[in-house]
Parts: sequence; structure tokens; C-alpha cells
Amino acid sequence: MPESLTKFIFGRLTLESLPLHEPIVVVTFIVVALGGLAVLGAITYFKLWGYLWREWFTSVDHKKIGVMYMALGLVMLLRGFSDAIMMRLQQAIAFNGSEGYLNAHHYDQIFTAHGVIMIFFVAMPFVTGLMNFVVPLQIGARDVSFPFLNNFSFWMTVGGAILVMASLFVGEFARTGWLAYPPLSGIDYSPDVGVDYYIWALQVAGVGTTLSGINLICTIIKMRAPGMTMMRMPIFTWTSLCTNVLIVASFPVLTAVLTLLALDRYVGTNFFTNDFGGNPMMYVNLIWIWGHPEVYILILPLFGVFSEVTSTFSGKRLFGYTSMVYATVVITILSYLVWLHHFFTMGSGASVNSFFGITTMIISIPTGAKMFNWLFTMYRGRIRFELPMMWTLAFMLTFVVGGMTGVLLAVPPADFVLHNSLFLIAHFHNVIIGGVLFGLFAGIAYWWPKAFGFRLDPFWGKVSFWCWVLGFWFAFMPLYILGLMGVTRRMRVFDDPSLQIWFVIAAFGAVLIAGGIAAFLVQIFVSIRRREALADHTGDPWDGRTLEWSTSSPPPAYNFAFTPVIRDNDAWFDMKRAGYRRPLSGFKPIHMPKNTGTGVILAALSVALGFGLIWYMWWLAALSFVCLIATAIGHTFNYHRDFDIPAAEVAQTEEARTTLLAAQG
Amino acid sequence: MKRSGALLLVPLAVLLSGCDLVVLSPAGDVAVQQRDLLVASTLLMLLIIVPVMALTVLFAWRYRQSSTTATYTPDWDHSTKLELVIWAAPLLVIICLGALTWLGTHLLDPYRRIDRIEPGQPVTQNHKPLKVEVVALDWKWLFIYPDYGIASVNELAAPVNQPIDFRITSSTVMNSFYIPALAGQIYAMPAMETKLHAVINRPGTYTGFSANYSGAGFSGMRFAFHGLSDQAFGEWVTQAKSAQGTLSRETYLELERPSENEPVRHYASVDPDLYGAILNLCVERGKMCMNEMMSIDAKGGLGLAGVRNTLPLQYDELSRRGAVFGNDPAYVASICTAEEAAASSRAARDTDAKYWPVRDLSPLRGAGLLGPGTGTRRADAEAPSLGLLRLEL
Repeated sequence: MPESLTKFIFGRLTLESLPLHEPIVVVTFIVVALGGLAVLGAITYFKLWGYLWREWFTSVDHKKIGVMYMALGLVMLLRGFSDAIMMRLQQAIAFNGSEGYLNAHHYDQIFTAHGVIMIFFVAMPFVTGLMNFVVPLQIGARDVSFPFLNNFSFWMTVGGAILVMASLFVGEFARTGWLAYPPLSGIDYSPDVGVDYYIWALQVAGVGTTLSGINLICTIIKMRAPGMTMMRMPIFTWTSLCTNVLIVASFPVLTAVLTLLALDRYVGTNFFTNDFGGNPMMYVNLIWIWGHPEVYILILPLFGVFSEVTSTFSGKRLFGYTSMVYATVVITILSYLVWLHHFFTMGSGASVNSFFGITTMIISIPTGAKMFNWLFTMYRGRIRFELPMMWTLAFMLTFVVGGMTGVLLAVPPADFVLHNSLFLIAHFHNVIIGGVLFGLFAGIAYWWPKAFGFRLDPFWGKVSFWCWVLGFWFAFMPLYILGLMGVTRRMRVFDDPSLQIWFVIAAFGAVLIAGGIAAFLVQIFVSIRRREALADHTGDPWDGRTLEWSTSSPPPAYNFAFTPVIRDNDAWFDMKRAGYRRPLSGFKPIHMPKNTGTGVILAALSVALGFGLIWYMWWLAALSFVCLIATAIGHTFNYHRDFDIPAAEVAQTEEARTTLLAAQG
Repeated sequence: MKRSGALLLVPLAVLLSGCDLVVLSPAGDVAVQQRDLLVASTLLMLLIIVPVMALTVLFAWRYRQSSTTATYTPDWDHSTKLELVIWAAPLLVIICLGALTWLGTHLLDPYRRIDRIEPGQPVTQNHKPLKVEVVALDWKWLFIYPDYGIASVNELAAPVNQPIDFRITSSTVMNSFYIPALAGQIYAMPAMETKLHAVINRPGTYTGFSANYSGAGFSGMRFAFHGLSDQAFGEWVTQAKSAQGTLSRETYLELERPSENEPVRHYASVDPDLYGAILNLCVERGKMCMNEMMSIDAKGGLGLAGVRNTLPLQYDELSRRGAVFGNDPAYVASICTAEEAAASSRAARDTDAKYWPVRDLSPLRGAGLLGPGTGTRRADAEAPSLGLLRLEL
């Protein structure tokens, strides 16, 4: 084949692009390929393709999409954590002239991938999944406002994840750090495909995130059950609303700044280059105008989870509901006024630095108020130490430390000595693990029975809990100390042997965390095996207070046979107290959206488009772009989007529940 | 609880005693003040954090389900007095911390000249600051001492108790210049200059490094910082002056190429315009300096002619290449070569002066330009737009 033809077809993709010279990657590939083949084989053997396609992949049911988001987050957590433990091992052994086991080319990709994956493809899917599953149930809705958009959003997120995963085996990932600051990420200093993978993976996933944000805002604003005023919304719904407002307001900034970087790399503009009037500082500002709200996007829904859990397991109304709502809103607004604290050291003037330092500290006031609200919810309660509550207590004791070091880093002169050090790394893992992750585990343990109709096994849950909590402290306290010893982040080799002991302790902590993840997987496996023993037929295993506990577990496709009427902010608790009786007759047909495969197709085309752009396969990019537009337009002519669940079928489903409830006594 | 906690601290204390927490025990006055602020803020915040942690444990224990004596008020969810305390307590702490931050940030602004050598010893006329020009290269550090005309790679020395004025830039990508024992860090960015003012109080050898990831050789971007007595510093300068190499534009372009773990090297003499040329991205001859470009633009620019005033990029710093759809990599050419400028100048001298308009050599003024006499060394000496041109003449 003539060279020009090869080049036309494959762009810059050659055999040399495959990392065959990196034994670690090759072994990983073999393991992943074998595992993948086993899974695909099993699906084929058990003839599950049709079931998966009909019931899950094309589903527009917010509950199923929520579960799929969680599954995506879990899979990507395994990848992100592999990166983490590889870094910990490298840093624990690269002393006394040893180069460790990772060369710079590989190591630099690993820390970039770890950050990108953990934020965009672990934390975001987990948080979005939780909101997707819970919010419509909490507000008494039958689905989200735009069910197809929801499915499409999910598959776009998967598309981004696929591009990131592809970079492991085809080409390379960015070697720039997770925010890809230019000029390092510009075409001059990163001419290879890594940064292009980064850009297009985030652009594809970003479409999904933005659309899902719009969808959930509309759902919360427009689809609440009658009687549920804004100030009667469950607190998780409130925090979800604020999070999605943040998403809609900040992700376009990310899209724009990555587009500018892509223009620099593809058509030779000079937005962020060193010369020709470019200014890399502008990129740093823009990316953090997205980046700082992003951390609140992650943590706010979990604040909601902790509120629900504390209230439920203390058997009390949430203390200070109103101030909790205002605290959330204040945090939402303030999160836009603090971005510069990520780069005090860039040389802004003292007044600018103080302004952003002080606004950052002000955020700790509403956050502190929240902390006190949870405390006083526990006060004079009857606390049941089930798994969700254990995670919440661990969060309260861990998060305050992370909050304190965060405020410390907001003092510019202190930041000058701690910026980019391992102290900073310890700080943000302290709030992300101690806040976001602990919250997710609390949320998963709390709502799992709602999603599947049986509880999670408490023994393995506790094993996972203690591994995680202890592992966290072992892994990150040494990093605080190393930061105070002046050790900076992203180092591959060290020359001071006195540091090694701390890295060894940190690596031990990472191993404990690995145990925590393993125990979590075992917990899911064991719980599925023991689902009969752990079953909950009441739909309300925790004596819950909000609407989602009023329906069956798992809820029927239509969530509620009759839309509930709300009189109080602990709606379900109020209904129980008032002696609520389930209506047993008078069912009507329920109007529901129909499944569609368009979301999968659009996302697949987006992946192809991204892949074509990354490898300069222009024919592929052009073709998939045209198909993408055509499919999207074609979908607007699909008039068979809805159907009615017949009244008889609703009656049958409800009848089954009545029998189950009667059996409970 | 407390006692067992204290027991846990024992092995921690043993471990900690073996390591050097340089951020908490620095050797330079600026870093000492930053440390003090760090400690003060931490203590201030502990005022809230400790009670919250204690209350969490206390409430969790006191109101456990199995407790039979604890009060249970399932409907109690509001107390205005408590709410006031909840919001006011953090607010008060933040007001104190905010005041501390405002003062500290202005006082310890790295751009501000230091006003004391150490507590109780103000900077006087007798303290002549040591000027150091710092360039972050891929992946090593270049230090130029303009007052001594020497330079060194990956080694920095300064006399104790003498203010140091750092001017910092980078050749290619962002780095951060950080010597924990001396003072906080500041970014080193290409085509931009940041400043740092500091002083070292205790003699000794300290570590400096880049604190911002900059590519493959980042881990090796470390250097020794020597705090020396006046006499020892004099010897160090003499030693550097006796080194072999000179740092001209040509040797700099060699040095600038990416390399890792560079050994210490000294240069006996340095092109006095090198730092300005690095900062303005015009070390390669024939490339227009950024400050010249900005001066021209401030005077209205070259119009359409300026668009074509680019030449293909000759020197490839890494594997530098252009965007796939863009123009070929290019740079803005200086309007005339040094030879042309010299020739036209000679011609002007040889011919009758009246045929040649008198060139206006007065400094350019405009928004963003430094006024005469207030800027850097080069800005002092020449008008920014014509600095290099006049030197060639």
C-alpha cells in the first residue's frame, strides 16, 4: 500500500503508536483483554445481549440510568485506583539512585490519568448517578424532564471514558498534569496524541454532563409533586439543584477553554502560546473558573446525602433546614468567587490575592454551619449506627481536618510555602475522599435497598469501612508531613533518603484502601448471593422520612401509581404519622416515555469523531460528524416516543406489592 | 480517648524527630514569617475544629440508640439562639483570620522589597541587594548575577543577611521557583517576569527546586542554595569568575536544549543582554523582541506589513512543530538584521545628515510600558523599542 494511502487511512496512527515496548502496559492489556473477553463471552453464552440492550442500554428510566452511572463510576474507580497504587509504589521505591520501575514517559501519564479519571469518570458519574436515581423519587416524579436526553448524557459520559481507556493501549495519554496547563500542553511541547485524547475525552463527556445538568434542573423546578414548595424539598434535592446550577454555569467554560486549546493545537491559533500575543495565564484562570465550582459540584450532593442520613438514622427532623438551604445557596454563589486561590503563586498583586483568600475563607462559614446542623441533628436523637451513619460520622471527623488545611491554604503567604506540595495533595484527598467518597459510600449503602430490594451485607460493609478510613489516614497523613518537609508533587525520583519511610507508610495506606475497595466488591457479591436473607419487602427499611421510601423497592417503572400530595418537608414521615393508606383501586393508565437506541448511537459516533480528530484520520472525523448530525436530525422524526402502561398492569403491580406488604404483617 | 490518642502520638513523635520539617523551621526571615502565619492560622482554626470533633464523638456516644437515659426529641429542629451561635462562631474566626490574611499578604508580598533582615534589624542604606536573574530551563536552573557578570547552572549562592532580589522567568514552560528554607515560591513563566525578595539568615546549604511540573526531567530540576558568609561568597564569585565558559547567546541556545540532571556549571562572563533577550523571546538573532513588538503596537503597529513580517522558525527547541492545519511554525522577524541596521547607520554617517531624518531615540511611552528610569536594568539603559538595535550599532 502506498505510504500516502496508509497515511490517509490511519492518520498518524502507526504500529509504533502501540505501547508494545512498555511491558507493564502490555501485561495490563492482556489482563484487560482476557477479562473483557470473559465478560463478553459470558454475556453471549447466557444470551444476555438482547436483555441488556432492551432493558438497560436503551432505557430512558432514570433509575436504570442512575444504576448504570454508578456501574461506570465503579469500573473507572478500579482504573483510577490502579494508577494511584502504581504512583505510591513508584514513590516508595525510587530512592538512593533507584529509578523505580516507571520511566518518566509512563509515570507522567499515570498521574495525569489518575486525576482526570478520578474527577471526570469516577466522582462525576457517581454523583450524577446518585442524583439521577434519587431526585425524581424524592420529588414524587415519574421520570426526569427529558428522559431521552438523560440516556444520551449517560452514553456521552461513557464515550469520554472509552476514549481515556483507549489511550492506555492505543497511543498515550497526556503528560501534563490533570489540568493540562499550556504552554506544556500546547502543540510546541506536547506534539503527541496524549493531550488530544485529553481534550476530546473531556469534550465528549462534557456534553453529557452539561445536558444532564439542564435535565435535572428542569426536573427539580418543574416536576415536583403538588404541595412540594421549594422550602419543602428534601435537602438532597436542594443540594442537587445547586450542583446542577453549578454544572450548567461552569461546564461551558471548560468546553470553551478546551476548544481554544484545541484550536491552538489544530489550526495554529495563539490563544495560549508563549509568543504571538498568546497568554497561558488566561488558560489557568479559565480552567479554574470551571475547576473550583467543580469541586463544589462534587461535594454538594454528598452534603445532601449526609443530611438525609443523619436525620434518618438519628430519628429526628433535620436541625436548621432553612439555614441548611441558605448555606447551600451561599456556597453555590461563593464558589464562583474563589478560583484564583489555585494560583496565588502566579504573581498577582497582594490585594488580588487577599481578596480571593478571604472569599475562600468565607465559604468555610456556611460549611461550618452545615457541620453544626448535622451535630445538632444528632443531639437528642436516637442514633442507629448502621453503615450509612458510620460513613457519616467518619466524614464529620475527617472532613473538618481537610477543611482546616483548606482554609490554611487560602492564606496566601501560607500557600506560597505549601502550594503544589504534598500538603496540598493531602488536603484535597482529605476533602474528596473524606467528603465525596465517604458520602458516596453512605449514599450507596442508604439507597441500595431502594434500588434492588435488598440491603447490602453489613459485615463486608464494615470491613470496607474500616479499611477505607484507616487506609485514608495512613495514606495521607504522611503526605501532610512530607509537604511540611518541602516535598513537591509529581516527583518521580527522590534523593533524600529520610523521606522514604513516609512514602512507605503512604503506600501501606494505599494497600489498605485497596482492601477497602476489594471488600466493597465482595460486599456487593455477597449481598447478591444472600439477597433472600437481606431482602426488604416494605420499601422502607430504614424508617425513612422522604418520598422515595413510600414506594416499593425496587420502585415500579412509573415510580408512583398516584402522585403524592406533600404537606411537610419530611413528606413520607408526615404521611406515616398521619396514618397514610396506600390507595388500592382506581388506577389509571400511566403515560411513559419509550426506550430508544439513539443515545448509544450518537455517543458511539462521538467516540469515532474524537478518535478521528486525535489521530488525524480526517475521513473518519468527517464521516462520523456527518452521521452524528444526520442521526440527531433523524431522531427528531421519531414520533413513537411514548406509550401508556395500561391500568390493568398498574393494578397488577400494585396488587403484588399489597400481597408482599401484607406478608410483612 | 485523649490518653490513648496521646499514646498514639509517641511513635509519630519519634518518626518526626528524625526528619527535617523545613517549612516549619526555615532559615530565611521571609519564610519564618510565612511559617508564623501558618501556625497562627492553624491555632485560630483549631478553636472551632477541636470542639466540633469532640462534640461529634460526644453526641454520637451520648445519643446512641441503646442509651436509655438520653433525652429524645424527634421533632426539635430549630433554635434561633443556636443558629446564631452556629453562624457567628465561624464568622468571628474568619474575621480574625481575614484580617491576618490581609495584613500578611501585603506584608509578605513577594514583589515587595523586604524591610527587615530579621526581627529588630531593619534594612538600611548599607544593605545593597544582591540581584539574581533566574531562568527555568528544560530541565535545569540558570542563575545570572548581573552585578558580577557571572552565571551558574543548578547552583545558587548568596551572602547571609543581605537582601536578595530575584527576577524570574522561564525559557519554555511554566515552573515554580522554590527554596523552602528561604521564602515561598513564585511561578517562573516564559515571556513573563515574576519577582521575589528574600534574605537568608543562617549559613548553610539548602535545597531549591521547581515546584510546578514541567515535563519529563522535572524530578531532576533541583539545585543547591548556599547561604554563605560575605567572605565565602566573595570566594564563590572568584571561583565562578575563574571558570572556563562564557555565556553568550550562542552558548545559551546550546544550554537551553532539554537535558536532565545537569551538573553544576559556572560561567565567567555573561552577555549582559541575555536575560532581557530570554524574557522577550528573542535570543535567536533576527527575532523581534516582545517588548519591541509591544512598543511598535503601542505606537500604532506596522499595519498589514506586520502580518507578513514572519520567518520560518529555525531552531526546534523540543520536537517543536506547528498545528496540523495552521501555518508553518513561525516567529516575528526583527524589522532589519543587525548588519542592515549597522550599514544604514554607516550610510547615514557618510551622507549628508539632512537627507536622513533624525531618528527619535527618546523612550517610547504608552499604557503598559515602563516609564524611563523605573524599570529593569535594560529599561533604564535604553528605550525598549530600540535597545537591541542601538547595541548592535
